[in-house]
Amino acid sequence: MSACDRCLRRTALVASLAGHIERARRNHRHISELLGLSDESLVSALAGERRGEIERRHASFDADAARDQIDAAALHPICRHDAGYPPQLAQGADAPAVLHVAGDPGRLQALRHADTPAVAIVGARRAGHEGLEIARGLGRGLAAAGVTVVSGMALGIDSAAHAGALQVGGPTLSVLASGADVPYPASKRTLYRALLQTDAVVSEMPPGFQPLRWCFPARNRTIAGLASLTIVVEATERSGSLITAELAQDLGRAVGAVPGSVLAPRTAGSNALLRDGALVIRHAQDALDEVLGIGVSTALAGRASDELQGPLRELLLRVENGSATVDDLANTPAEAQDALAGLSELELLGFLRRGPAGRYVRCA
Amino acid sequence: MLARATTFAIDGLASRRVTVEVDLRSGLPAFTIVGRGDAAVRESRERVHAALLNSGFAFPQRRITVNLAPAHLRKVGPGFDLATACGLLAASEQVPARNVDRWAVFGELSLSGELRHCRGVLAVAHGARRAGIEGLILPRVCAREAALVEGLVVAGASTLVEVASILRGGRVPDLPPVDLTAADQGDPDEQPDLSDLRGHASPIRALTIAAAGAHNLLLSGPPGTGKTMLARRLPSILPPLTRAEAIDVTGIHSVAGQLPEGGSLVRRRPLRAPHHTISSSGLVGGGTLPSPGEASLAHHGVLFLDELSEFSRSALEALRQPLEDGVVAIVRGQRTVTFPTRFQLVASTNPCPCGMAGSPRCRCSEGDMSRHRRKLSGPLLDRVDLLVHMQRPRADELGASALTTSQDVRAAVFEARERQAARLRGTGLLTNAALTPRHIRDLVHVDACGMSCLQRSYERGDLSARGHQRVLRVARTIADLAGSDGVAASHINEALGLRQHDILEGALAA
Repeated sequence: MSACDRCLRRTALVASLAGHIERARRNHRHISELLGLSDESLVSALAGERRGEIERRHASFDADAARDQIDAAALHPICRHDAGYPPQLAQGADAPAVLHVAGDPGRLQALRHADTPAVAIVGARRAGHEGLEIARGLGRGLAAAGVTVVSGMALGIDSAAHAGALQVGGPTLSVLASGADVPYPASKRTLYRALLQTDAVVSEMPPGFQPLRWCFPARNRTIAGLASLTIVVEATERSGSLITAELAQDLGRAVGAVPGSVLAPRTAGSNALLRDGALVIRHAQDALDEVLGIGVSTALAGRASDELQGPLRELLLRVENGSATVDDLANTPAEAQDALAGLSELELLGFLRRGPAGRYVRCA
Repeated sequence: MLARATTFAIDGLASRRVTVEVDLRSGLPAFTIVGRGDAAVRESRERVHAALLNSGFAFPQRRITVNLAPAHLRKVGPGFDLATACGLLAASEQVPARNVDRWAVFGELSLSGELRHCRGVLAVAHGARRAGIEGLILPRVCAREAALVEGLVVAGASTLVEVASILRGGRVPDLPPVDLTAADQGDPDEQPDLSDLRGHASPIRALTIAAAGAHNLLLSGPPGTGKTMLARRLPSILPPLTRAEAIDVTGIHSVAGQLPEGGSLVRRRPLRAPHHTISSSGLVGGGTLPSPGEASLAHHGVLFLDELSEFSRSALEALRQPLEDGVVAIVRGQRTVTFPTRFQLVASTNPCPCGMAGSPRCRCSEGDMSRHRRKLSGPLLDRVDLLVHMQRPRADELGASALTTSQDVRAAVFEARERQAARLRGTGLLTNAALTPRHIRDLVHVDACGMSCLQRSYERGDLSARGHQRVLRVARTIADLAGSDGVAASHINEALGLRQHDILEGALAA
């Protein structure tokens, strides 16, 4: 597990050209095309007036100093020439030169083996609480079956998928657009810390790097490259998650989507993927059948309502049929008392989860 | 010629004896008042002058010096008018000076010689009683308020002429009759009632629990769902004020000038709903001469903070001590004044910045939500046991009849309070909301099934350690409402359904 001088130099070059790449993105240059260029062509394509200076720095690159920096940030570097580098990612010419791993590097190395595949779960930042619950359920079900859940730690679906996987102790892998030592977005630092404890966070950018906009589609290509199946949970028609799906398709990987209401704009993008032939993913089992083969592994099933009897079962059925709050379920204060106690019991039994504004949603 | 009159100055919620010395001597006519008076005291000269002349008395054309002793105490307000006038009458021998010594006098004068309503009468009456003075002469409109103090002759007069006649040994007029139409006469029928509500089954249930255990309550819901309407009906289901409580409340409201004219004992639990632009001193009390704030005006009643997240950080921080200790100490210069602040807190908030959380119409991002949550959290919510989500009543509920009345709920609340009082006898506490962790350990007995529910919830990460205590307190109240000595699983489960979203919950669960 190490990184060669050339790859470290490449990483430093990309980081120092970050501003130039950003400008190129605004001029509608294709990011993966740019990242596929050799060092020399990249500099000549982008550097402009600063070309001489950048070339000088590139020539006098000090690999040991870079290694010291990586060590100081407690990261583990793995370059494309290292045996631990995931082969499925190395396919593309634009593959990251170095992956910096924070946390357990074993989580990344495990992806080399065909029997421990990875599934990417991506989706909207502004997701509804049902979408979040679905992502959490997929994360939980896949991780419990030993499939690595890859996502980007963004707000919304991404984080929910990680959180679901963490609930069953992983494996999960987070690919960041910032340096692997920089929790981005900062509001997810609690999740970041939890990921470091049992799992891993990776990034192709050097330690301390603050992301620019182009880094997100670049990060998406790593997510798509690592996973053998990419699932889009909720996406509007202009969502960045659709870019990940497209990249996955370009790599010849499977793409799946969770169906949503045809009326809701927040699932229009994911529904369009289904129309174009993406796999229908209803629950973790559908994804497991795709990546491991049909019937090879049985997903940790969500709890079925027929486990219950009597009033609790009735209550659960009413929630499943759309009565989400206590006031939907009760007409008098006495009924509210019973309904609330019942809902809490169902929550404790793992059938329901209390979402925002006191709305209960069925656990996936 | 020297004469003395006795009056009282308001100091916090109490009053301090002030002797008004009036000295007449020959010289150019002049009228000076010394003794650290404020502008109202300086202006008192003009009122006294006019009132004496307009009442048909002579105003001595001499050099007049009035001293308000003790000289170090700041004297604020127009309540010294009457004492100054009486001192002048005695000094100029228009009334017998030895009679003036037997009475304390208190009140503001109008130019015509009429006596006007003054704040802090109850405190003055208490002071007079403690100082061992026989009687108190004050404006007739304040007489009933002063009459709450037993063992004191209260003489209400409407004009300076009547005061002079009392001082000359005339008959003390009877107390004015109680005016039943006055706003503070605690007629329960006039209060807003739960029967005004439509729907809201679970918020009513939560309000009942809050009333029974004196738990602080947070109402969360979109605008226009009836949060304010519900909160305003909390006093109607609380047990009535005891006489001691009523006297406390009357005293505070009297000092703050919040009693209506002609009013007597406040019999209704106060409900204070300050606007969210309130300053911290407006909320807990302050001013150069400290006067009680909204938190003290809500003593023994309900403090309702509508749109909690809009209140300034400093105002909410200032509420911490009052919530914790039930008193607030205000330090001004070298003096400390304490005001009691035992209120029940009801706060309301939107569930998210746009108010539509949970519905597909909500356009708030996760960041917006966590910012909103951060704004709300903090020391105040640590003291809030119950969280209630409110939503619009359903269409069929709007046309239906009321679910319950305040009277029915009050009976249940009353019974639950009695059970608590019996259990808590000897601990100095009255309600479950005040239970400390030690009391919870000793007095809250949860059965095995309930314990396992609580444990499971804790292990799932739904509860913080403090949230755990809150659930136990609320479950104890729910059991009290059910008339049960032990806390069962159903009580724990209902309490869990009313728990706050802990910060813990938001973080990892994404």
